[in-house]
Amino acid sequence: MPTQHSRVHARLMISPAVLLLLGWMLIPLGLTVYFSLLRYNLLMPGMEQWTGLTNYRFFLTDPAFFDALRNTLVLVGGVLAITVIGGVLLALLLDQPFWGRGIVRVLVIAPFFIMPTVSALVWKNMFMNPVSGLFAHAAKGLGLEPFDFLAHAPLFSIILMVSWQWLPFATLILLTALQSLDSEQLEASEMDGANYWNRFLFIVLPHLARAITVVILIQTIFLLSIFAEILVTTNGGPGTASTNLTFLIYAQSLLHFDVGGGAAGGIIAIILANIVAIFLMRMIGKNLDA
Amino acid sequence: MGQIRLDAVSKSFGDVEVIRPLDLEISDGEFVVFVGPSGCGKSTLLRLIAGLEDVTSGRIEIDGVDATAVPPAKRRLAMVFQSYALYPHMSVRKNIAFPLRMAGLGKDEQMRKVEEAARVLNLTEYLDRRPRQLSGGQRQRVAIGRAIVRDPTAFLFDEPLSNLDAALRVNMRLEISELHQSLETTMVYVTHDQVEAMTMAEKIVVLQEGVIEQVGSPMELYSAPRNRFVAGFIGSPTMNFVNGEEAARRGAHSIGIRPEHLTISTTDGAWQGTVGVAEHLGSDTFLYVHLSDGSGTLTVRAGGEYGAGHGDTVYLTPDPAKLHRFDAAGLRIE
Ligand SMILES: Nc1ncnc2c1ncn2[C@@H]1O[C@H](COP(=O)(O)OP(=O)(O)O)[C@@H](O)[C@H]1O
Ligand SMILES: [Mg+2]
Repeated sequence: MPTQHSRVHARLMISPAVLLLLGWMLIPLGLTVYFSLLRYNLLMPGMEQWTGLTNYRFFLTDPAFFDALRNTLVLVGGVLAITVIGGVLLALLLDQPFWGRGIVRVLVIAPFFIMPTVSALVWKNMFMNPVSGLFAHAAKGLGLEPFDFLAHAPLFSIILMVSWQWLPFATLILLTALQSLDSEQLEASEMDGANYWNRFLFIVLPHLARAITVVILIQTIFLLSIFAEILVTTNGGPGTASTNLTFLIYAQSLLHFDVGGGAAGGIIAIILANIVAIFLMRMIGKNLDA
Repeated sequence: MGQIRLDAVSKSFGDVEVIRPLDLEISDGEFVVFVGPSGCGKSTLLRLIAGLEDVTSGRIEIDGVDATAVPPAKRRLAMVFQSYALYPHMSVRKNIAFPLRMAGLGKDEQMRKVEEAARVLNLTEYLDRRPRQLSGGQRQRVAIGRAIVRDPTAFLFDEPLSNLDAALRVNMRLEISELHQSLETTMVYVTHDQVEAMTMAEKIVVLQEGVIEQVGSPMELYSAPRNRFVAGFIGSPTMNFVNGEEAARRGAHSIGIRPEHLTISTTDGAWQGTVGVAEHLGSDTFLYVHLSDGSGTLTVRAGGEYGAGHGDTVYLTPDPAKLHRFDAAGLRIE
C-alpha cells in the first residue's frame, strides 16, 4: 500500500508528462476551435473576423456533408465486413497443415507492407482502368463490355482497395488467435457430437470473439481517416460519390481555401469519431469481460 | 452395454510405432485402468478407442460391432480430458448441456438432465458460473457431468486427477469409484500413478513402450507379477531386487522381495546390513538398509514404533513364500 506521502510524490513526478500530453492535445484542439469560429479564407488574407457558429451551420447544411457522412460509414462498414469475414476464412485455411504453408503465410502478409498511395495507383491503373486494366482485358476476353470501376462504382472500388490492404492484418491477428485454441476443446466437442459447422459456431467463433473485437477497433480508427486512396484515385468524385469526411475537410480547407469551414468540419469529425469510439468501447468492454 | 474389444490394434506416427499390435478385452461394466510410465502410449491407446486417432492396423469392436471406422461422435463413448477441456465462454449449465444440445434434445429435457447431473456431482449452486470461476476439483466435476448426461456406453478418463493437489486427488478418486458403483458403466481410466491404479481398478493393464506387459486384477499384479517391470512398477515403496549369489542360490537370475515381506531383527537373520536412513511415517517406518556384503540397498517396512536409526546393524529375513524369482530375460519363474 502506498502511503499518503508517496502518493503525493508520485503525482508530482508524473505531472510533467501529464502536462506535456495535455498541452499536446489541448493546444491544437483549442486552435481548431478558435479557427472554426472565424471567417478565415486564404484568398482574403488579413480579413479574418468573428462569425460565431456560421461555419458550423454552413458545414452541417451542406448536402456534401451528408453524402460524406454516409460514405464514411459505408466505407468503414464495408471494409470491416470484408476483412473480418475474409480474415476468419483465410485464417481457418492457413491453420490447416499443407505443403508450403510458411511461404504462403508470408505472401498473405505482403499487401500490408505496401504504401496506400502505391497500392491505390496499382489498383487504379493496372486493374481497374477501363482501357488498359487487367479487369478490362478479362472482361473483353469473356466478350463483355469493360466496366469503368472508378467512374461507375467509385466507393465500392475504394472499399475493394482498402479491404485488400487490411485483409492481411485481420488474417494475421485471427490466425494467431486460432492457434491459441486448445485442441482438446475441439476434440471434446467432437466427441460431444458437434459437426464441423457446430464446432466452428460454438467453439471456434467464441474463441475468436476477442480477436475480432480488437481487429474491429484498430481498423475503425484507421478506416475513419482514409484519405490517400481517395486522393490518388477518384478525388472524391464523381461529384461527392466517394468523398468521406476526411476528404471533405481537405476539400473545404485546401481546395476552397476556407480554413474556418475546414476547422468546423474537423471539430464535427472529432465529435463523430468519439461517438463511434464510445460504441466500440462498450462493445469491447463487454467482450473482454466475457 | 459397454464392451470393448481390441484386435491386433497398432498405431504409428510416421516411422515411430507408438502402439505395437495388441489385443485387449474390456467387459461390460468393468473399471479398467491403463497404467505405465509417461510416454508409454496410454493416451494414444485411449484416443484410439475414442476414435480421435485412426488405427494404423487392427480392429476395434464396441458392443460386438466393428467401430474401427466409426467417427468419435457415433461411438457413444464419453471422454474426460486431462485439461478438462471445458468450453470457457459457456456457463457450467451450458457446458453440461452441450452434448444434449448437439443431440437435438428439447430444452426442458436438457435442463432436467443437467439438473440431475449437477445434483449427483454437487454442482447445483455453480450452474451459472463460468469454468474459470471454479476450482480445479469443481472443473473436474463439470467435465464428468458433461460426460454423464450423454448416458454413454463407456467413460474414458485421461489422467483426470493429475492437475489436482494431493488431498483433492484422494477425494476425487473416491468420487469416481463411487460413481462407477452407482452407474455400473464401463470405465477406462488412464494414469501414470500406480496408487490410483491399485485403488480404483478392477482390472489393470500395465503398458510399457506401447506393449501390454500384463493384464490382471490389482492383487494378481501385486502377488504374481509376470516380469521385473511389472514387479517394480506395482507396489509402493517399490520391490527390492537382489542379483548375483543370493539369487543363483535360489535358481534365479534375480530375486525380488517387497519391503513389507522382509522381517527385521537386531539379533539374527538371513542378511546382515546397516541402516542408512529411517523414514518415520507414523503408521510405518521405512528403513533403507545397506547390505554388508555390498550387494545393494534394501527397503524394509517396519512398525511405526520401530526404533533403529542411522548406523545400527540389523538382520533381514525374507518371507520365502513371498519371494519372486526372475530369469535372465526378466520373466517370472514359477
Ligand atoms: N500426434 C503425435 N504425433 C507424433 N507422436 C506422438 C503423437 N502423439 C503422441 N506421440 C508420441 O507417442 C508416444 C506416446 O504418447 P502418449 O500416448 O501421449 O503417452 P502417455 O499418455 O502414456 O504419456 C510419445 O512418445 C509421444 O511422443
Ligand atoms: Mg498421456
